[in-house]
Amino acid sequence: MGRYDAVTPYERVQAARNGHRPMGSFYIDHMIDDFVELHGDRRFGDDAAIVAGVGYLNRMPVTVIAMERGNTIEERMERNFGCPEPEGYRKALRLMKQAEKFQRPVICFIGSSGAYCGIDAEERGQGLAIAENLYEMMGLTTPIISVVVGEGGSGGALALGVCDVAVMLENAVYSVISPEGCASILWKDASKAPDAAEHLRLTSFDLKEFDVIEKIIPEEGKSPREICSSLKAFLIDELNRLTQLPKDELLNKRYEKFRKIGAFK
Amino acid sequence: MASIKEFISSITKGNTEQPPRVCKHCNTEIPYTEYLANQGVCPSCGTYFRLRAVERLDITVDKGSFQEIDKKLRSKDPIGFPDYAEKLEKAEKLSGLTEGVVCGTAKISGFDCAVFVMDSAFMMGSMGTVVGEKITRLFEKATALNLPVIGFITSGGARMQEGIFSLMQMAKISGAVQRHSAAGNLYIPVLTDPTTGGITASFAMQGDIIIAEPKALIGFAGQRVIEQTTGQKLPAGFQRAEFQLKHGFVDMIEERPRMAYTLAKLLALHAGKKTK
Repeated sequence: MGRYDAVTPYERVQAARNGHRPMGSFYIDHMIDDFVELHGDRRFGDDAAIVAGVGYLNRMPVTVIAMERGNTIEERMERNFGCPEPEGYRKALRLMKQAEKFQRPVICFIGSSGAYCGIDAEERGQGLAIAENLYEMMGLTTPIISVVVGEGGSGGALALGVCDVAVMLENAVYSVISPEGCASILWKDASKAPDAAEHLRLTSFDLKEFDVIEKIIPEEGKSPREICSSLKAFLIDELNRLTQLPKDELLNKRYEKFRKIGAFK
Repeated sequence: MASIKEFISSITKGNTEQPPRVCKHCNTEIPYTEYLANQGVCPSCGTYFRLRAVERLDITVDKGSFQEIDKKLRSKDPIGFPDYAEKLEKAEKLSGLTEGVVCGTAKISGFDCAVFVMDSAFMMGSMGTVVGEKITRLFEKATALNLPVIGFITSGGARMQEGIFSLMQMAKISGAVQRHSAAGNLYIPVLTDPTTGGITASFAMQGDIIIAEPKALIGFAGQRVIEQTTGQKLPAGFQRAEFQLKHGFVDMIEERPRMAYTLAKLLALHAGKKTK
């Protein structure tokens, strides 16, 4: 399997965006026991585009932060189609700091076209909210695993993506810009998005090849429940490993994971 | 880094006369010597020109104090993006730089600091892996030497031609900023026109003290994208430095002619820490 197989990158983009594709809440429902949802950023409001709380992963207490776009049209309006406002990122950060205090690991589920682009989001510091998450997550003294389950849309995805182990579902994508955005900027033609998707190298196979992610969870021929089970098994193993690491080593490895990304001469 | 004279000569191919600059706002033609003397501010209407990195250094740091590091780092075109290699070559010829940021150590009114200056003449100052690597190395050096970092920022955001590699530079630099800060060092980003996208969503907003130039565009989402997404009309002055000050996201707006003085004052206030 790889970028030259029968499934084109743009087909994967479409699969990642598919309205029936399970998002964050599905994984919480099927993976986390005794989940208690916690709301609000304690600053301004509660952003329904991010579902967060505490629960058990196989008897281990964890904090879970998940992007969620909802299923019905009403729910999607309520959740802003999964595009977080600054309050969503601030809620995420508040609960990550809480996880650090109680020394429980953090699991993030990423699936969104990106951070919300609106006047209100700018007025309340969308850029700052993402910047603070990147900064704080680099120093958070508890393990973080990020799982891209749908579309990993640029900075708004990365705001939950600074982690010790990065995972992608096979058909998830992760990109600096949407193929449509890229095509319209470069070629003034959004209909060339399939070409852009090819060139952007945004599939799980590309990112694994680039060493940006550590693991792909296969999807082909599997039901959502089966995918969830194999993801759960992986998360348990990885958290068992990561929680054994001394804090300094954990942070140094996290730093190095991102430090090594680049290609120059 | 070349002196202003060498710089002019390099971009005019030996002819040390630079053509006059024309103000986009009032159309005034400004001889280059006057433009430099005026620090890139239009003498008739006060509009700020976007400064080249070498011009910014010239008006900011003590004469002869700038020691450039990683001058020749170039991109390797990590995802083989169409036409990108040619674009890089063109940008290099056009700007006289190998990438969109100039980094080094310098003195400002005698105070030692590490400085990075982004240059919009190189692909809009966009951030690919070289910009990410150079700024990360600068922060690491500054952490090792206990030096404050002053960063002049101008960038359209992450560079799409390097795909996911560009996006990850936001996290990479954030890690270096975090370590520099955790060691008790000062970081002052100076946001100039324009500071947008992934830059605003990372190191532009991670400073201890954030300064903006008047009227600079500073924001996360592009204005056209917001209009298209929401169908709303943008209010006057939206995402300008004054808007960011009013909403509490920058500490101050400082005029260009006073910038070096203000930076020196702030460096003096934080100078208790002995450099290694």
